[in-house]
Formats: sequence, structure tokens, C-alpha cells
Amino acid sequence: MAEDIIGKSVERIDALAKVTGDAQYVHDLELQGMLHAKILKSPHAFADIVSIDTSKAEKLPGVWAVLTGEDVKQYKIGLYLVDKTILAVDKVRYHGEPVVAVAAETEEIAQHALELIEIEYNELEPVLDVKKATEKDSPIVHEDLGEYEHMEGVFFPEPGTNIANHFKIRKGDIDDGFAEADHIIENEFYLPQVNHVAMETHTSIARWKKGRKVKIWSSAQSPFAVRDLLGKGLGLPHESIEVVVPYVGGGFGGKAGIHFEPLVTLLSRAAGGRPVKFVASREEEFNSVPVRQALLSRFKTGVNEDGNIVAQEIEFLWDSGANADYGVNVTKAAGAAGCGPYEIDNVKLDSLTVYTNKLYGTAYRGFGHLEVLWATERQMEHVAKKLGMDPYELRKKNILRPGSRTITGEKLYEHSGSVGKCLDEVAKALNWDQKKEEPSAPHKARGRGLALLHKAPAMPTDVGAGALLKFNENGSVNLTLSLVDYGQGTYTALAQIVADQLSMPVDRVNVVWENNTETEPYDWQTVASKGLFISGNAVIDACKDLKKQMKEVAAGPLRASVDHIVLEDEKIYVNHHPDHYIEYKDIGMGYTYPNGNGIGGPLMGRGRYIAQGLTNMDKETGQGLPALDWTFGAHAVEVEIDKETGEYEVVKMASAFDLGRAINKQNVIGQIQGGMVQGFGSAVMEGYQFDGEGHIRTNTFTDYKIPTTMDIPKDFTPIIVETPQVDGPYGARGVAEHPMISVPPAIANAIQDALGITIDELPLTPENIIEHLENK
Amino acid sequence: MKRTISLTVNNRPYTFEVDDRKTLLEVLRKRLSLTGTKEGCGEGECGACTVIMDGQAVTSCLILAVEADGTDIETIEGQSIDEDISDVQQAFIDEGAVQCGFCTPGMVMSTEALLRRNPNPSDEDIRVALAGNLCRCTGYYTIIDAVKNAANKRGGKK
Ligand code: FES
Ligand code: FES
Repeated sequence: MAEDIIGKSVERIDALAKVTGDAQYVHDLELQGMLHAKILKSPHAFADIVSIDTSKAEKLPGVWAVLTGEDVKQYKIGLYLVDKTILAVDKVRYHGEPVVAVAAETEEIAQHALELIEIEYNELEPVLDVKKATEKDSPIVHEDLGEYEHMEGVFFPEPGTNIANHFKIRKGDIDDGFAEADHIIENEFYLPQVNHVAMETHTSIARWKKGRKVKIWSSAQSPFAVRDLLGKGLGLPHESIEVVVPYVGGGFGGKAGIHFEPLVTLLSRAAGGRPVKFVASREEEFNSVPVRQALLSRFKTGVNEDGNIVAQEIEFLWDSGANADYGVNVTKAAGAAGCGPYEIDNVKLDSLTVYTNKLYGTAYRGFGHLEVLWATERQMEHVAKKLGMDPYELRKKNILRPGSRTITGEKLYEHSGSVGKCLDEVAKALNWDQKKEEPSAPHKARGRGLALLHKAPAMPTDVGAGALLKFNENGSVNLTLSLVDYGQGTYTALAQIVADQLSMPVDRVNVVWENNTETEPYDWQTVASKGLFISGNAVIDACKDLKKQMKEVAAGPLRASVDHIVLEDEKIYVNHHPDHYIEYKDIGMGYTYPNGNGIGGPLMGRGRYIAQGLTNMDKETGQGLPALDWTFGAHAVEVEIDKETGEYEVVKMASAFDLGRAINKQNVIGQIQGGMVQGFGSAVMEGYQFDGEGHIRTNTFTDYKIPTTMDIPKDFTPIIVETPQVDGPYGARGVAEHPMISVPPAIANAIQDALGITIDELPLTPENIIEHLENK
Repeated sequence: MKRTISLTVNNRPYTFEVDDRKTLLEVLRKRLSLTGTKEGCGEGECGACTVIMDGQAVTSCLILAVEADGTDIETIEGQSIDEDISDVQQAFIDEGAVQCGFCTPGMVMSTEALLRRNPNPSDEDIRVALAGNLCRCTGYYTIIDAVKNAANKRGGKK
């Protein structure tokens, strides 16, 4: 039985609830006496708040609470750098920033109250250009940067500037490297801010309780991070906060960390403890909720005639927008992968988090890697072009392999996974060694492109998670853990692991869906593609603990040593007497002898796991061991472009990932397809637009398009490569984020191959293509 | 202004007073507690709120409740009785077409309407019929497979 469960496409445990509409999201929850919150948002990108008059709103019947920055200014919130206030205080720093919040009996009353509020602003010159923001005479977005708390020794803000963090890598000797190079190639790359577009917008409910306690229901990826940051931010002890997370309608990083939970908490307190619900409208989702940062990259690459890359100097300017509480870590984590999956001996890399007056940055699937690999994989194409070398050969020559050292000095092994295998798989799928197919019409052109990727979880060095297993009376088990399954399918994989470990059918494993910080063991966050790895190991540990207890209790009635006791198909027996057994259901709550004596008591398996051996990186050189595991991947794309209109179609695509071991094939394929299409959106259509004053121009689905059924590549082949990870559960490593990384350069490289144009700015729209063709 | 409307939802007749500015979506979710129908945008752009009205798939966030007076509405809740789910729902499960699930009720309703209108849809028909239903998780491949799977099974029944 056991072998069959791991790797099998077991039906998702949440599928029935979801196809029937039975699954309840925070959107669907209503509490007795619940009030509705609305927020008034900044119409300016940068301005002093001169005055706020809320008196008329406060008098409106049905209004229970009105809060302004003045009421909440003592509270600061932030994950890695504590730079956020709950509402704008004294200044607004981006268009869409929440300024006043109202809680009222109905949404209509709350909306009416907002209309009665008068605010006077004194507009300031906004900082909109990330390059200019780093110049000496730039206006400063956060004058108090020097006072903000942050993780010391990990992040390095530069007070008096707009630089919230400066991360450096120094490997080898960059001057020697360039001196040795036959060619030096320099380029600049850009990509704009992008929205997560989870289909469920951010929603939170809070109920303030007597004794300075609060219960929160939230569409959050990380219940414990919400609890921790809320507790620290509002000065509440952890045990007074309960965070509940029911079904969540997608996250992609956008629901990591903390969002509207502090606001609804304070509104509920101000409303005398009536529960308060805030549902972000789609417009607010576009202009008040954080986004993926924009990135400007400068690359200088030294390469020898034979294609060997000997030196690389990189500057990343991350447009973090008005806050950098999460953005500083994107800068660091993606900086640590800044050269792509290649071995380069001499590297100088500077990765800067830069404040501007735009919507602020946060985690987004890939955590900076889609952004940096947009640059590295385009730069490889420039290098190949300069040398007249096949891009496949150039990559093959430089990739990381067993024995290579990454740019942070980490040595890779055979079991670390193989980018080379992924590259070969996708090249084969597109017949890279054969001639391209002819275009379907004379005014069309065909091109093929490749791009590689790698990513390790971006997380603190000491991330851990727990898992608890409890028997039910009928011998089934409940698994509780605070990793959140907001669509990835991890709970189904964990159920498979329990079923295999305990030798029971998977439908006898109930993974408790709703998350609750009061009853579940700790997990840091559900991010970074570390869920299955860390929690999978914790679950295996819990199973071991439970099995040990089962054997110990069974040893009495079976009159045998625990060493000879076997657990199989929900039965416990001594190995040579399989017919003389005790069923799980007769031991889960303790065993009862025929005479009535009971032993054992209810059995509970406790499991835990923590990342092992990881280190912080050196401040000056970036050297260290930050990577839990590396998942490598590759994409190959074939496009056909209309040379007159710039319209194009991805006619064929293949993507391969070395994910160690697929626990559930169907769900893994689903992650790859969904991730690829998100990357495809970033590549071909998505991106925020701002006007000259910093106003967001893309805040509805009419202006901000995401891929639909009409847009996706028709012929897509996902490929699973399995080089087992030594310390991963069953050899597995994460693959949740990776499929979207490097999709944009794969397509841009195919466009370059078809038309000979080099586009280094996203998105790759037909207009962008035509413009480049005209300037060719 | 309030108006009295009568409509059938999942074969159950209702008559009640409603504010004439309320949408059908609000009435379904808040008044009738049918929260299986989701709101993803409130602007007719995402399809999460899709229901079947007199046999046609419609975005209920764009329809005023008073416009639904006298109509027959089907929502996701009407597609199953206990464990007895529709062939479309079963196909979504079998093909792994569900991730976060927020788009799923709308997808199922759009599919149901399509298959009643066109029992043998081509790939292109499916793409067109679902073009107004956004999904950020799946990339649509498994959803398209689920529609084909359901169509095949339904065709087989004939
Ligand atoms: S909620 Fe109706 S279309 Fe989005
Ligand atoms: S499954 Fe999440 S939006 Fe479709």
C-alpha cells in the first residue's frame, strides 16, 4: 500500500468543498453585530496632511468609529524593517494610501461617512524615478529611517537617503576578472510593478474583547506572523491574540506578513468591541495593497571568446515604493541569486532597496527572482549574440554543477539538483538541435528562446514549524499545523505523507482545514516554497512520535518487544504473527484489556523541524549559507510573430523543474501550469502605469489585464525532473514559486531570435515590439 | 426605493422586498446566504459571480435584483445535493481543476451553461465561453480539460 501513496495523484482533499461552493472564505463570514469598514485614501503620491475634519462623519447615524493617523500614530508595523503606520501620519507617501477609516452599521453608511470627511493636503514633489531617488539632492521619502527598528546585522538601511537596505556580494576579484575578459558587455533592464491579483481580495474581521484581547479572522497566508506583528505593533501579548484563517482565495505572497488586521482591530476597539469587517474592493486591491516591486538592473559582464564568463558587476535598484518593511528582504534574497544559475568566479553585486512615492513592495511568488532573472537571462542572450554563440551552448558552459560554488560561496553537490538536466529536457522538447519550423505566412517570423532559473527559499536562517497528530475514536487521525493551504495543494501532499508513514488510507487522514493560532503548533509563515519541505519533515517527525507511542502501548497486550512490532494497514502486530493484531482504533485512545484495565491514554504525535545549518550573510561580501535548498528549472519557448503588427503567439512551450520528488503529480503539474501562466502575464501584458504625478492609472481589470483562457500558450509541456533532496521529505523540494520565474526572458529571447531585436523592458507588448522594429 | 420581487433560486420560490440599487449578487450572498457565489471585482470583469439566469450564464454583480424579478436563477448551491454532485463538478475534481477555489463556482456555472447550449464544444468554444472567468491559480489548462471531460461524459449519456 505504502509505495502507492507517495507520487500518486490523490484527489485534493479540499476539492469537494470548493466545487460545491461549500468552502467558506473570510469574504463569506458574517458575525452577530458586525460593522463594516471603509477607508478614505490619499489622492496624492506625496503630500503633507494639513488638516482632517471628521466631525460630520462622526455625527452620522450608524457610524461607530472613525480613525485617523493621529489616533494610531504610536503604532508601527513591519516584518523586517518597521516603517509602516496603520493610517497615514502627517504625510501621505503614495496614491491610494489609507488616511481615514470608518466603521459603520452598513457599507452604505460607511461610504456616506467618507464623503463627509474633509482633508486638506499640501502637495509635495513626489519621488517617482528610482534612479533619481538615489541621488544626493532627491527629496527624502522617510526622514525617520534612522529610527526604524529592523533586523540588525541582516539589513542595512542608510539614514538620510532613500536607501532602505544595501545588500552586497563580493566574490573573487572583480578587477582581475574584467582584466582577463576578451569582451565586456553592458546593459540595462527594467520591469514595472505588478499586482498579485488573487481572486479573493484582502479581507479581515476583528472582534476586540474585554481584557485587551482580540480575535481575528483573516485572508492571511501566515496566521502566526499576523499574531506576532500585531502583538508587537499594538503592544499586545501574544496569548491575547487569536488569529483564525479559513479558506483563502489565493495569496501568491500578497497575503504574507500583515495587512488590514491592525486596522480592523483598532476599529473594533473604538467601536466598543463590535466586530468590524474590511473587504478590499478590487480597486483597493490595485491601489492600496502592496505589490511586486519594479526593478532597474545594470549588468556588466566579462566573457572570454570561448564563452566562459569570468566577471560580472551588477547593480539592482529596487523600486520599493513608500514602504520597505518586506521589500528589504526581496532585495537581499534575490540579490543572493543575482547572477542566475551560473558559476562566475568574480562578482561584484549591489542590491539596493529604494524608497519612492509609489505603491509599496512586498513578497510576490518568486520573491525577486522573476525580476533579477529577467535581467540575467536577457544578459546571457546579449552575451551569446556578441560571441555569435548558440545560447544553449553558452548556458551549458557556465551553469552551476556539482562542485560549483554559488555567488554566496555555497558548494553544490550531486544531490542539490540539476539545472543542466532541466535545460536538456526543455531543449529536447522543442527540438533545439533541429531547424525551426517555417512561419505560417510570409509576414510572420518564428523564433525560439531559452531561459534558466534557480531559487532557494527566502527566509530567516532559523525557520521552523510544528505538526500535531491526534487519533480519533475510529482510528482515523487529525493533523493540525499552521502552514496555510491557500490553493497550493500542500495539505493533500501532507495527508499522503501521513497515510504512508502510518500505513493507512489517505481518506482516514483529516487535515484540519481552518487555521487557528490558539490550537495549532507554530509555523513562521506560508511563503518561500518551504511549506512541503519544512512542514513535511515536521509531519514525518510527528508520525514517528505517534508510531513510537503506538508500539509502546501495544507491546503490553501483544507481549512483545517494541522492536518487533509492525504497523501495517491500520493494524499492529508482532512481525511473525500478522494474524494476531490490534486495530488502530483500539489503541488510539488507549488500550483496554478484556478485564477492563486501561493503558496508554489518547495518543498524540508531536513533530517539529527547523532549517539546519543556515547562516546569515556577511555584511560586506554577502558570503554565507542562506539556502535551505535550490530548485532549478528551465523554459523553452517558440513564438510566431506578425512583423507588421507585432502580435505574436507562443506556439510551443516546455518547462522543466528539478523538484526532487513529486508527492502528488497532478498537483505539481497544476502548480507548474498556474505558475507559468502567471509568469506569462508578467511577460506579455502586466504592469502598473503611473502618470507624471504618481497617480496609479491601472486600478481596474479594464486597465490591468491578466491572462484569460484566450491568451495562454496552447501547447505547453510541463516536465518533472527528480534528483532527490537528501534532507527533503521523500526527497522533495519546493516548486510553488519557480514556474513563473524566467518566463519573461524565455519569451523575449524567442522574440530576439525571430526578429533580431533586443527588448530589455517588460511587458513584451506588440507596441513595444513594433517600436523596437522601427528603431532597429 | 424598495420594491417587491419574486424569483426562483435553485427551484425554490422567493418573494421579498429589496432596495432597487442592490445587485443580484448582493441579494444572493447577503439576503439568501448563498455565499458559494463569489465577488471578485463587482465590475463584471472576473466572472466569480457567475450564475445561470433563465438558462444563460450571467455575472450577477452587474444585474440589479429588481431585474431578476420573475426569473429562474441557478447558483452553485443548486448543482449538488449532499455528496451527489454534478458531472461538471466531478470533472473539475478529476482533472485537478481546483486550486484556491475562489473562481471555481463561477467556472462551474459558466461550464454548465456552455454544455447545455453546446454539448460538444471545441477547444475554441471552451476558451471563448470561459474567457470572462478569471483564474489566477490554475493557468486554465486543467479547467479546459475538465470541461472536455464533462462534455465527453455527458455526450456518452445521450
Ligand atoms: S464579481 Fe461579478 S464579474 Fe467580478
Ligand atoms: S483556483 Fe484560485 S482563482 Fe481559480
